[in-house]
Amino acid sequence: MSALPSSRPDADIAIDARGLTRRFGSYTAVDRLDLRIPKGTIYGFLGPNGSGKSTSIRLLTGLLTPDEGSVSVLGMELPRHAEKLRTRIGYMTQKFSLFGDLTTQENLFFIARIYGLPQRAAKARIEELLSTYALADKRKVLADALSGGQKQRLALAAATIHKPELLFLDEPTSAVDPENRRDFWEKLFDLSDGGTTILVSTHYMDEAERCHYLAILETGIKRADDTPQNLMSAMRANVVEISGPQLRQAKQELLQTPQVFSAAQQGIQLRVLVDKRVADPITWLRERCAFPLAQHQMATVRPSLEDVFVMSTGGRS
Amino acid sequence: MCIPRGNGRLRMSSLSRIAAITFKEFRQLSRDRLTFGMVVMIPLIQLLLFGFAINTNIRNIEVGLLDEAASSASRFIVDAVRATQVVNFTEAYHSPQEAEAAITAGRVRAVLVLPRDLEQRAANPASRLPLGQWIVDASDNIVSSALLGLRNMPLDFKAQGSARLPAPTFEVALYFNPERRTPVNIVPGLLAVILTMTMILFTSTAIVREKERGNLELLITTPLRSFELMLGKIVPYILIGLVQMTIILTLGHVVFAVPINGAPLQIVGATLLFIAASLTLGLIISTIAKAQLQAMQMTVFVLLPSILLSGFLFPYEGMPRGAQWIAEALPATHFVRMIRGVVLRDASLGDVPEDTLFLIGFTLIGLLIATLKFRKSLD
Repeated sequence: MSALPSSRPDADIAIDARGLTRRFGSYTAVDRLDLRIPKGTIYGFLGPNGSGKSTSIRLLTGLLTPDEGSVSVLGMELPRHAEKLRTRIGYMTQKFSLFGDLTTQENLFFIARIYGLPQRAAKARIEELLSTYALADKRKVLADALSGGQKQRLALAAATIHKPELLFLDEPTSAVDPENRRDFWEKLFDLSDGGTTILVSTHYMDEAERCHYLAILETGIKRADDTPQNLMSAMRANVVEISGPQLRQAKQELLQTPQVFSAAQQGIQLRVLVDKRVADPITWLRERCAFPLAQHQMATVRPSLEDVFVMSTGGRS
Repeated sequence: MCIPRGNGRLRMSSLSRIAAITFKEFRQLSRDRLTFGMVVMIPLIQLLLFGFAINTNIRNIEVGLLDEAASSASRFIVDAVRATQVVNFTEAYHSPQEAEAAITAGRVRAVLVLPRDLEQRAANPASRLPLGQWIVDASDNIVSSALLGLRNMPLDFKAQGSARLPAPTFEVALYFNPERRTPVNIVPGLLAVILTMTMILFTSTAIVREKERGNLELLITTPLRSFELMLGKIVPYILIGLVQMTIILTLGHVVFAVPINGAPLQIVGATLLFIAASLTLGLIISTIAKAQLQAMQMTVFVLLPSILLSGFLFPYEGMPRGAQWIAEALPATHFVRMIRGVVLRDASLGDVPEDTLFLIGFTLIGLLIATLKFRKSLD
């Protein structure tokens, strides 16, 4: 079902993973993961907490050794070439992990030296980053004193200081407000335009919708992967919005029907996923549901990514 | 031996990464006022406290007197005892009951009882009757052994024209510390205790702190190698250790007149060996501990035997065999022996080969364990 260009030559593939499996004791965190991520794309991992997003990223960066399967990143086999790969990838951790007791500038200078940038090049690069990420007036401020959004931008600046070809972002915006999240994504699109491949994990639908490609993960298994648009149009269900009285009872009755995958209340509406094989879902619901829906207003609407997510991860709630 | 191409450049970048860590470490330390202050205050305060407070040479124990004889002989004995400066007569009693009550109440540590027939006992040494009796509150061992030392105190009655007691069998010559001052022994030993404390604590918490704050998660994704991280973190603390050594020995020399007989190079050499061993121990702790509190607990676990068993406070010779084995496993024991030899007796590292070799071996094996345990991957 994947619409990813699997016919592409290997030179255009940033990450190629086959049957990647990692267990912690009897618990399987990542289960036979297959990935083919084209260069220059923004690829999203969408999944709830504990779905194996972080473990997958650690496997793909060579921080963890897989129990089974093989992975090649930027044409290098892992974990054999993990050390060599480090200068070509950037990694932004879920938690802010720069030094709170160093200033913005000191943090960037430290990271630049770790990546072996020569003094003069490092200075120029840091100036460039400070202005790109609007941190120029915060250069002498301790990282601990920065706001959530500023910390996020500093972390991105540090992760891209050596101009990596491939950037890993582990839930990068879980600690910032929606406006900062939008700004942050603008920066990611700039990087993507510049040719950087970006792999980002998230559990926000709006964030996932911005990705070029998306893999939906649940309990370590990849349930679906495609462009967000294809995922939505390929969904095996139609979406019906119902509004009217006694929605709680209506929901209970609807969930008894096998053709209804999911029913979730959203404000004054009930969002119901009905099997696509039901030709006219509104008429069908009025006739077949045990709950009287005669006075309720109903309309079929365009599926959202959340619907895709619910369908992919089992539904029935 | 096969040397891969570009090795020289690789080494340069490795050095530059170590320097980056060291530089960062100093920056952070300079912002951490409390830790920075502790670097200086720990040796300063500890030295003054230990130097002045610990005195294994007991003087001026407060005692009472029950003089039933009240004669010139009894006054002579009291004067002779007072002249030893071991005790200080603060109270006098008229009955044994009063004397015992004073001991029970804790007003005095002991009472000297001189019997009514003191003159006859002194005049007839052949009877082997003791002249008087010490009633001692023996709950403190050091106090009671000081008083036990008075048991065979020579009394010269010649001035009184009475019988002469035999002269002491041995003449005792005291080397290196003829005045028997405790600080001479304490100050070099204190160097071992303070370095044990600060070196192990600082290195272990410095790495565990980065684990706690998540910095390590970032660092392991960079080209930084684990040995570069460790070396870079160790260097600042080597310098701190040398600063503390200078403070302790200078202050010890100036305030407590501890003689510095050893060559400076030997003193620095011995100290560096011990710093290396302690830092290694700190690294091992940091690979085990998951939180700073755990690192601190493990430091105390090493620190306590280092104080009690290393010979810093109590002589190694007096310990039971089992304790001696534990003591031998502690770097502090070997350093206490070495540094006392070097500082006081002008010994060189070659004069104490076992201790020198132990510290070198401890460091090498410790580094190996720490590097093996500190896995760069999160597996």
